[in-house]
Amino acid sequence: MYRYDEFDAAFVRERTEQFRYQVERRLKGELNEDQFKPFRLMNGLYLQLHAYMLRVAVPYGTLSAPQLSMLAHIARKYDKGYGHFTTRQNIQYNWPKLKDVPDILAELATVEMHAIQTSGNCIRNVTADHFAGAAADEIEDPRPVAEIVRQWSSLHPEFTFLPRKFKVAVSGSPHDRAALKFHDLAIEVVKNEASRVGYRITIGGGLGRTPYIGYVTGDFVEKPDLLSFLEAVLRVYNENGRRDNIYKARIKILAHSLGEAEMRERVLREFIEIKRAGTLQVPQEEQARIEAYFAPPEFEALQDTALPADGALGQWITSNVHKHRAPGYVLATISLKPIGGVPGDISHEQLDGVAALMEEFGYGEIRASHEQNLVLPHVKQSDLPAIFARLEALGLATPNAGLISDIICCPGLDYCDLANARSIPVAQKIATRFADGKRQHDIGELKIKISGCINACGHHHAGHIGILGVDKKGVEFYQLQLGGSAAEDASIGDIMGPGFAEDEIVDAVERVVDLYVTLRRPGERFLDTYRRIGMEPFKNIAYQEQLHAAH
Amino acid sequence: MAQKLTANRLIDGVVLYWRAGGWTESFAEGEVLPTEEAAQAALAAARESVPRNEVVGVYLFDLTGAQPLKEREIIRALGPTIRPDLGKQAAR
Amino acid sequence: MPLIKDGQIAEDLYIAVADDVPLPEGPVIVSLKRLRAERETLLGRNQKLGVKLSSEESPENLGSDLDRLSLVVLEFPKFRDGRPFSWARILRTRLRFTGEVRASGDFLYDQIAFLVRVGFDAFALPSAIPPTLFQRALSEMSLVYQPAADGRKTIRQLRSGQ
Ligand code: SF4
Repeated sequence: MYRYDEFDAAFVRERTEQFRYQVERRLKGELNEDQFKPFRLMNGLYLQLHAYMLRVAVPYGTLSAPQLSMLAHIARKYDKGYGHFTTRQNIQYNWPKLKDVPDILAELATVEMHAIQTSGNCIRNVTADHFAGAAADEIEDPRPVAEIVRQWSSLHPEFTFLPRKFKVAVSGSPHDRAALKFHDLAIEVVKNEASRVGYRITIGGGLGRTPYIGYVTGDFVEKPDLLSFLEAVLRVYNENGRRDNIYKARIKILAHSLGEAEMRERVLREFIEIKRAGTLQVPQEEQARIEAYFAPPEFEALQDTALPADGALGQWITSNVHKHRAPGYVLATISLKPIGGVPGDISHEQLDGVAALMEEFGYGEIRASHEQNLVLPHVKQSDLPAIFARLEALGLATPNAGLISDIICCPGLDYCDLANARSIPVAQKIATRFADGKRQHDIGELKIKISGCINACGHHHAGHIGILGVDKKGVEFYQLQLGGSAAEDASIGDIMGPGFAEDEIVDAVERVVDLYVTLRRPGERFLDTYRRIGMEPFKNIAYQEQLHAAH
Repeated sequence: MAQKLTANRLIDGVVLYWRAGGWTESFAEGEVLPTEEAAQAALAAARESVPRNEVVGVYLFDLTGAQPLKEREIIRALGPTIRPDLGKQAAR
Repeated sequence: MPLIKDGQIAEDLYIAVADDVPLPEGPVIVSLKRLRAERETLLGRNQKLGVKLSSEESPENLGSDLDRLSLVVLEFPKFRDGRPFSWARILRTRLRFTGEVRASGDFLYDQIAFLVRVGFDAFALPSAIPPTLFQRALSEMSLVYQPAADGRKTIRQLRSGQ
């Protein structure tokens, strides 16, 4: 893992004091709310439905055990005993007091954490493949480049008042676990014909009101050129992005209205100039210095063994354990989706419990995934029974990673000021309906994603089944979308039709899923069947009950 | 339609309701503003606490009977529906 | 409104002239539109000349006239409009403008350090910012990660002992 040197540490300390002074001036009225808002957002602080909300950065989803313990401490001391992992690998607290936030940040700084750029119209905290550094199919660990981008983007003087937020994701694997094509900018580690490693840059993806799949604007950017290329993209965006309409201000709108050719040309012009100036080139030594921090732990020379397949442990292993690059090791997903629980929530006891577990069995490292789960990146196959037992005791052993009850879900109207409808209760009811482990495992990979409004924090466009909460005259309704995917085969889900009432949505989802089970061909996931047969049959069955009721 | 008036306290974000001349943390104690005139008068008075740095985000919302009309305001008055142990509902 | 130049309170030698007002004696600041309309007169006056650009106007619009200017004023219509940050950067790095780059309009104390970094050296301070706080704004963050137009050493340079 990256460790701060004296400079990084001093930077975060100064940033904390800078924010303390901003809060002080706000409380004294020297800053009014309109002026304060962009600055508090730039430091992850929202005002939500019930209270302030603080979003703490988990850069590229990587956390150490002391960091997890600190998160537990913050939850106890300043909040209500829990935190919530988000779809951007961050963790948020729902009840902090404005006056306490500088102290919270100061405590976080002691474990090399902060809330810098977890919101606001700036370059947001960088996200990454949560299997980075362990995945069997990886070309190179993408976290060193994520760290380089983190540093470059921190308080960037030119790009802190962009037209809108700017989200960057990185991945080093051909299999996309980081939803690259739905980011403002995605960095993908690739090899060229000469087997040299560089980056493919995709821009203009996004969800929200107008979802777009991004397109490639840099086919092969050499390693030392990366920041020059990023600065070029950001400058084109800062100069030309729309500022007259908040819904058209993301780079996706600019990228798709200019078109690929024009965008490439403009970026290239800036890139050539910035590269020539040379100051942003990343020298080999710096690359190496940062890469060294991410060197994998020294794995023991082990052999792969047959993993238990029976009983509760076997079921958990089937869904939650994934192939690792080192023989005898695996990755293990800790599901934060207990049946009927709040997706992504974790209590301070659980945070502490996981911290202890990862010290003992996981080389002290853990990942937050954009699917709102945790991942132990390196565990010995032989430790799986012990880990499972410990997770069971913590209430964290739900065997559902990637299955129908592993639902991505935004906070919705239970917490969020912008929401149109609740999303958590819908997730809870669906998970409860499909609680039966055998049934879930039989249904197989099925990604349900729920958002409480069109902002799409719950990625509903990218769900195999997406659910969007809407407000119909003060009553909550839910629209279904089918066929979305956030993986390398990215697609935007198709809207089925009129929304369902709160008491109909779970039944509609169940009918859709049951139809899939009936019609699937061997080996087909829900998404494959949908892509083969299309919306019609699903639509007919989903609205069936309503038809009966109407006749 | 009768209304009530709400805001968040600046220093800690707590949800507040307006009652003649001041703020209360309790939805029940919030003043029912039976007419649009009463609502606008209360809004004007309440807005004075914004420049005093006491509250942010002052707005009116509709009631039906004694209850908020919209789900959003019901949840704001009580707390998250999925965590009855949190928010104002927990204090009871 | 006080003018800060190179970190000090300074006298404003320029008169900002609206498009429909006759040119007074001495250094003036005109709009891009007026520069285009009265180019010959303005450039032939043998006086210092400044141009004020709206946040919609890239300094590249000035073309080779930039060489004849001693001041470019970049206007913030509202502090959230971040385009002038890029315009200043372009003025300093691409166009190598060495005259005064002045921020005017709606900007906040909390943006001053960023503004200096991208190449502004003068500030028509809004009344909400006490001139006495100007230096404090610059001292809040003693370390920076990015190379910018101010030539400050970056953390990477400090690390490698450069
Ligand atoms: S999708 Fe809407 S309701 Fe959900 S968290 Fe985002 S803004 Fe809030």
